[in-house]
Amino acid sequence: MIWSWIPGNGAMIWHLIWENAYLGVVPALIGLAISLPLGIAAARWRWFYPPVLTAVNVIYGIPGLALFIALIPALGLTDTNVIVALTLFSLCVIVPNVVGGLRAVPEPVRQAATAMGYGAVRRLVQVELPLAIPVIIAGLRVAVVSSISLASVGQLIGVSSLGYLFIDGLQRDFPTEIYVGLAAIILLALACDLVLVGIRRALTPWLRGQRQATRSVLVRALAPAGRP
Amino acid sequence: MSFFSWAWDWITQASNWRGSGSIPQQVLAHLGYSGLPLLIAALIAIPLGVMIGHTGRGAVAVVNVANAWRAIPTLGLLILLAVLLGFSFLTWLLPLVVLAIPPILVNTYEGVAGVDRDVRDAAKGAGMTAWQQVLKVEVPIALPLILVGLRTAAIFMVATATIAAYIGLGGLGRYIIDGLASDQYGPVAGGALLVVILAVLVLAFFALLGRLIVPAALRRQGRAE
Repeated sequence: MIWSWIPGNGAMIWHLIWENAYLGVVPALIGLAISLPLGIAAARWRWFYPPVLTAVNVIYGIPGLALFIALIPALGLTDTNVIVALTLFSLCVIVPNVVGGLRAVPEPVRQAATAMGYGAVRRLVQVELPLAIPVIIAGLRVAVVSSISLASVGQLIGVSSLGYLFIDGLQRDFPTEIYVGLAAIILLALACDLVLVGIRRALTPWLRGQRQATRSVLVRALAPAGRP
Repeated sequence: MSFFSWAWDWITQASNWRGSGSIPQQVLAHLGYSGLPLLIAALIAIPLGVMIGHTGRGAVAVVNVANAWRAIPTLGLLILLAVLLGFSFLTWLLPLVVLAIPPILVNTYEGVAGVDRDVRDAAKGAGMTAWQQVLKVEVPIALPLILVGLRTAAIFMVATATIAAYIGLGGLGRYIIDGLASDQYGPVAGGALLVVILAVLVLAFFALLGRLIVPAALRRQGRAE
């Protein structure tokens, strides 16, 4: 480990961190935007969920590198390629959580909302979705963290990210560069994860103080898509 | 030309089915490179997960390990070991085993820990020893989740073995990495399609395995949910 290499290349490392963050966060956010309507539909019409779940499981099974390659003829060796691929993977972890979160809303709560005169849409937006926030954000966290890590593989098709430090480190037989790349990706993932935890806390003030169901939320987030 | 026509043209070239580095050879190699770490990881993670799920000791550690798992960049880990140790058996096997353990461990743990209290008490009340409770009640009930863990790990191994071609491993990743290095999209697309087919077959295999070994009553329960 040659520490002096880090300040000497600070600008490049910083630039790669931003590129990697972009490739990790954007797909997760687009994934969330697509997952919400899809998950709401799947929670509402039961017959709709099994085919969605099967599709999601199959997509999730596609190796990242293979998906990047499959998108080359359509999208080339571009950021868009990696973003589209990682968005598809993000769907796979967010959709089941949207469905799970909505289904976990207790029936009495739903009935109470109806009794108070809430229509279906208002009940969904003001009662069911807010209660599902912890579970949905748990899925988003998994999507962001794995996208950040997987984005580095995009370097193999030439899309710039912190993966550059791995490839360059191998070619120059220079472990320091690889350590820096590993540490930067893990710290970036951790930082984004903490931001999401903060957002969840801000959005669910009613859970504050309780030693809330953090564990169950965590475990749910960790379980792969489509657990039985 | 689309991805599929590139891939298909390359896969159907007769010359790619003969000699060393032929498609059948690399498919078998790829299965071996994914299967061996999966097997070793299962032998470590299933007993460990059952133990932690049964006793409840170490549960927090399991959750943390599994959380960190998703953040690990596999390419970086493989390259680091290759640079530090040179390419050898250990260089690819060790990281693959390490990466296959968390999904198996966390699902096994969750499956066993999630067994209904009443069911545990009933098993105890029926006079079962601790071993019998674990092997005859808790593990069968946890089986669907254990299979999910194995499936996740297996898929992950197929993907990671592909990337490991970058540090010199054989298998289907060879076509991709060598093709990228020589700017030939044919083998790159062909290799990628074969990897996808292999991954889908692995998924299908685990779906079938689930039907064969999960007790019928538990399967019905799974569907109802």
